[in-house]
Amino acid sequence: MQRYSIVSIARNALTGHRNWQRAWRSPEPKPSYDAVIIGGGGHGLGTAYYLAKEHGLTNIAVLEKGWLGGGNTGRNTTIIRSNYLYDESAALYDHAVKLWEGLSQELNYNTMYSPRGVMMLAHNVHDVQVFKRHIYANRLNGVDNEWLTPEQAKAYCPPLDIRRDARYPVMGAALQRRGGTARHDAVAWGYARGADALGVDIIQNCEVTGIRRDGDKVIGVETMRGYIQAPKVGVVAAGNTTVVMDMAGVRMPLESYPLQALVSEPVKPVFPCVVMSNTVHAYISQSDKGELVIGAGTDQFTSYSQRGGFHIIEHTLEAILELFPVFSRMRMLRQWGGIVDVTPDRSPILAKTPVRGLYVNCGWGTGGFKATPGSAHTFAHTIARDEPHPINAPFTLERFRTGRLIDEAAAAAVAH
Amino acid sequence: MTQSHRLASGGRIDRSKAVRFTFDGHSFDGFAGDTLASALLAHGVHLMGRSFKYHRPRGPIAAGSEEPNALIQLDDGNGRTDPNTRATVIELFAGLRAESQNRWPSLERDVGVINDLFSPMFPAAFYYKTFMWPKSWWESVYEPFIRAAAGLGHAPTMADPDRYAHRHAHCDLLVVGAGPAGLAAALAAGRKGGRVILVDENNALGGSLLNDADGPLEAWLAEVSSELAGLDHVTVLTRTTLTAYYDHNYLTALERITDHTGLVDGKSPRQRLWRIRAGRVVLATGAIERTLVFAGNDRPGVMLASAARTYLHRYAVLVGRTPLIFTNNDSAYRAALDMRAAGTSIAAIVDIRSNPQGALIDAARGDGIRIHTGSVVVGTDGRHRVHQASIARIGADGRLSETLGRPLACDCVLMSGGWNPNVSLFSQGRGRLRFDDALAAFVPDRAMQAVECAGACAGTMTTAGALSEGAEAGGGGIDLPAVEDIVEGPLQPVWAVPSDRTGSRPKAFVDFQNDVTAKDLGIAVREGMVSIEHVKRFTTTGMATDQGKTSNVNALAIVAGQLDAAIPAVGTTTFRPPYTPQTFGAIVGSGRGRLFDPVRKTPMHGWAEANGAVFEDVGNWKRARYFPRPGEDMHGAVQRECMQVRETCGLMDASTLGKIDIQGKDAREFLNRVYTNAWMKLAPGKCRYGLMLRDDGFVFDDGVTACIADDHFHMTTTTGGAPRVLAWLEDLSQTEWPDLEVYFTSVTEQWATMTISGPNAREVLAPLVSEDISTDALPHMAWMEATVAGVKGRIFRISFTGEVSFEVNVPAGYGQSVWEAIVERGKVRELCVYGTETMHVLRAEKGYIIVGQETDGTATPFDLGMDWIVSAKKPDFIGKRGLERPDLKAADRKQLVGLLTKDPDMVLEEGAQVTASDRITIPMPMIGHVTSSYMSSNCGRSIALAMVRGGHALNGRTLHVPQLDGSVVDVTVTGTVFFDIEGARIHG
Repeated sequence: MQRYSIVSIARNALTGHRNWQRAWRSPEPKPSYDAVIIGGGGHGLGTAYYLAKEHGLTNIAVLEKGWLGGGNTGRNTTIIRSNYLYDESAALYDHAVKLWEGLSQELNYNTMYSPRGVMMLAHNVHDVQVFKRHIYANRLNGVDNEWLTPEQAKAYCPPLDIRRDARYPVMGAALQRRGGTARHDAVAWGYARGADALGVDIIQNCEVTGIRRDGDKVIGVETMRGYIQAPKVGVVAAGNTTVVMDMAGVRMPLESYPLQALVSEPVKPVFPCVVMSNTVHAYISQSDKGELVIGAGTDQFTSYSQRGGFHIIEHTLEAILELFPVFSRMRMLRQWGGIVDVTPDRSPILAKTPVRGLYVNCGWGTGGFKATPGSAHTFAHTIARDEPHPINAPFTLERFRTGRLIDEAAAAAVAH
Repeated sequence: MTQSHRLASGGRIDRSKAVRFTFDGHSFDGFAGDTLASALLAHGVHLMGRSFKYHRPRGPIAAGSEEPNALIQLDDGNGRTDPNTRATVIELFAGLRAESQNRWPSLERDVGVINDLFSPMFPAAFYYKTFMWPKSWWESVYEPFIRAAAGLGHAPTMADPDRYAHRHAHCDLLVVGAGPAGLAAALAAGRKGGRVILVDENNALGGSLLNDADGPLEAWLAEVSSELAGLDHVTVLTRTTLTAYYDHNYLTALERITDHTGLVDGKSPRQRLWRIRAGRVVLATGAIERTLVFAGNDRPGVMLASAARTYLHRYAVLVGRTPLIFTNNDSAYRAALDMRAAGTSIAAIVDIRSNPQGALIDAARGDGIRIHTGSVVVGTDGRHRVHQASIARIGADGRLSETLGRPLACDCVLMSGGWNPNVSLFSQGRGRLRFDDALAAFVPDRAMQAVECAGACAGTMTTAGALSEGAEAGGGGIDLPAVEDIVEGPLQPVWAVPSDRTGSRPKAFVDFQNDVTAKDLGIAVREGMVSIEHVKRFTTTGMATDQGKTSNVNALAIVAGQLDAAIPAVGTTTFRPPYTPQTFGAIVGSGRGRLFDPVRKTPMHGWAEANGAVFEDVGNWKRARYFPRPGEDMHGAVQRECMQVRETCGLMDASTLGKIDIQGKDAREFLNRVYTNAWMKLAPGKCRYGLMLRDDGFVFDDGVTACIADDHFHMTTTTGGAPRVLAWLEDLSQTEWPDLEVYFTSVTEQWATMTISGPNAREVLAPLVSEDISTDALPHMAWMEATVAGVKGRIFRISFTGEVSFEVNVPAGYGQSVWEAIVERGKVRELCVYGTETMHVLRAEKGYIIVGQETDGTATPFDLGMDWIVSAKKPDFIGKRGLERPDLKAADRKQLVGLLTKDPDMVLEEGAQVTASDRITIPMPMIGHVTSSYMSSNCGRSIALAMVRGGHALNGRTLHVPQLDGSVVDVTVTGTVFFDIEGARIHG
């Protein structure tokens, strides 16, 4: 792998940047692999990377029906935080944050993890109770999270409106300072480049059309580019997980919804952190490029189409202007949608399945990006060892049958 | 300054109205009808901005909304500041104040230009490859630096003084674009009587006609305009940009109402967002000229040939006196001919094609204009304005052969790389595109909604063709003016013009605003970015505020060339809404402040306000939280209220409780299925408390439901849960049990509900009620029709305090008068009015749960110690199957307990975690959390409820509650009832 650094840029500048190598190959699929990962988003590519790096599984392939990172990896608002309530979630998301902290160096690819702080606003007594509960639990789990008064919240994020007579006045905020954002495309590309360098075949434009089983065991996948034999198959297909798992005859406790986001035109730095408000339904940050990045809620109806209703955008911007009236004259540059797969308890499934050799990583709902490295790392362990890593062990498919749920949505009443 | 480049006559400007404005503090004159760009160009000013990355000096390349370069910050000094506004669409008004952006200290002397010198170090996506060492510098050094350098204009820092409006509209036909095609469509449909909406982003109808010299269609334009204006069922909207095309022919359009006036009367909204549902849509959005990608193509003075014509004809402005034309098609010859006719001296026409033929070429030759065929511009020079261009001959193989002597002096380069049908909206509406080889552009192929394209938008590049297509799309049947189009020859695309200049200095820009060069696209492809989406994200091409309107096809074609693939095989990136950036304020409209979310107030709200209540938000209700007396804080008020309710009596406004009227012959059966307990035998006149579960067995909502008649029930729900309970019931009724005859009506706001509670409650209430409300007549958990203070209503004998309680319901309109009667009557019995906080304390003293506080969506009735409410006999109810799952029966589930702190004055914080150990280790195992915690004067100490793992078996045990300051509070596990444990008081 060609190392990236300021020195390599300088060297390439001398030759007019004509000698950069491909960041990853574009190989033809082989007839057989030790494992295939279905889905070339951040989670899938990361899984392949850790399989190769930490488990020595290099004869593997990532199959992507479109282009790498073209699903939710490239469509989300890039918020990273780990201040989840339950021990299981806190462990999983904090595992991810720890990996985020060193990811650029690990991959030799600047993923721009920026711990600018994630501030979650409380607007009523119930919010205060919920956030306090999080803060107490997080502290004892070693996850940073602190309570801010409205004045402290305003000092941390100057554009915030804390007038007491606002429709939903800010009563305080929970702040996770290690929370922040990262560059989504870089995550997909960095993992792809890292995995490729370790020998992983990354195959784009290769849609999986079937999963072949021999009894209760997976033996390979049918693709647009032919049959590929594989004793292990990891499905990391986000909004399309239900469709892919159907091919293996496994019904999933998932519903897929459109989730929308938008950006403003770029402006000079004006917004120093990430702010989320569940009660007024908005989240916002400013990208390195200067665009305000704004997340909306999901549509009410299930869909596989990456388009949502405009009224969702309207409500989101109403909420944004309620919190930040100074942005009224800013302009929406671009809006888009993605499809998120949601479980009944709003926590992911990172697990083995009833089919031997078939593993599934899904159900991240609206909050999967932040977990990317932790999800990939533990899922690789699960595939390689055929048993979960202690961190993802609670995130079974089985829990919906036993009732051992990890209900962050119910507990938190907070958007992920 | 004089308008050195303004022609003495012509143009669609009003020369009788001089308009004075400032740009970067300097004062200029223009005319009404000018744009900021045309007015500055009239003074010979091309330099209007700096690019995003390299801070290159830039002037406008276009005359319309596709402009990538000339971005301006408008600022009236009173909060009306608009960053990144295109000078080419800013209509001039007196006093307009414009500032250039992204430069320091000035536009002419911008230190940021140093980036340009070091540009070899900043190729596409360089930031992914560096800034990683030392690790901590990303946060502290690199990222702040990158952020400060990025961005363009400045966000507003003051509140927006303007307001915005919304308008919903329906029409049979929506026509987008009022050029020849759009006008013909609107006219044809309008004459047939259909409801037509015609929108155009310009300030006048005419489209491309406005950008031309007076022609034969001028009279037709005037006639059609006036006819359309006279048709009642036709709505004509100018200065209105169709911004988005969603599903089901739902479209949004942004109308600019005051932006062009500079007048702020406080009456007119600034902008209006139209939300249009159209039977059919005709897109007549024209075509946008493409730039040519050649070295030095971004120097101020280099612009689209069509833009030069627009400035000439519409604004009577010469963009230069010695234009050089660089083209790959015939259309730019028109610019040469018109500029020549306007008195300029054409440096040359440089035509990529080796042997262009046709009337326009002949005309140029006839005018004596020098034409270099088979030639290209290989470089330009000039610091803040182009002053010369180098020409070389290009072979059929795309290679340069000979350089043409000395560079040609020129003060503007008018380029044309062909035309892109403006398919953005068609594509937003999910229409499929195909690549047309003759046009070398994407054209509409297959529509996915009721939409047609007409004219240049459809790839029809003649005026006659546009007229007839438009008329046809509008339903036909109109006479069209005769137009003779000059036949144009084929174009010859050269997507990336080679340069003979070496090194990194001569840059050929594809995306001007984001500074993406042809070389950057090459790097992307070389690094394996083979998908066009990857190229876009890697290089940021097409991601600037213009969204690549002039550049995307160039980028695509260059990438295709690098990949050695056909252009259609590379595909296009997705066109996303909005077409041009759309003001947040306009999207929100009046949905701000109080209208952001409706405030719901109870009938007694006014009384509470007048009596000093402090309110809290619960859902979108305002609820009185407590009623402080002078000098009292919340704690003081709540303790006083709490004690008085139990000593004498209290009155609370409970109107916000959800109320659902349920009727139908199967109403009872329905209730029996949604509640966990038995409902088949509840007699009319009786009430029962019920718990609802979700499918998964967890508590969803609770409340008391009264049997009005065998087929009629009055259900109450939690305040916050009311809407979702009603939706849930409807869902069940409509999808799960359509066989049951049952009807639901929300009656929350029909009834004013007041709870009078405490030992003196009956004494206060009885004299006001015509009926007997003694315990015999109205025992606990019964209800009756009653006349209270002369108003017919219902009294429910139910209690959330553990005291004797009457819940009086009267029609909402009488609420406040009945309330006042009770308060008046209560004076002799020391009745106190209390709020929700006191209600919370009183119910906690009794161990009553609040759904959403004790429960969080993970609690079963058993966890709450409410086994008694789950019927073992019923064959089924919602959640029964869920409750059967093994984990819902596990012994180590979190269960509701009481907690008493060792120190009776210590009030735990709600949300604090409970631990088995008193030694804090991180991570620390947690076994539960505090759900409710209050000081209870009635108990003489603090009390708390908590959900604790296996808690029901821990009675009497000491547990611990670590505090945020590192200390640990010891607590004893108790039962959940702290006051009147026997429960005698409720029946009194």
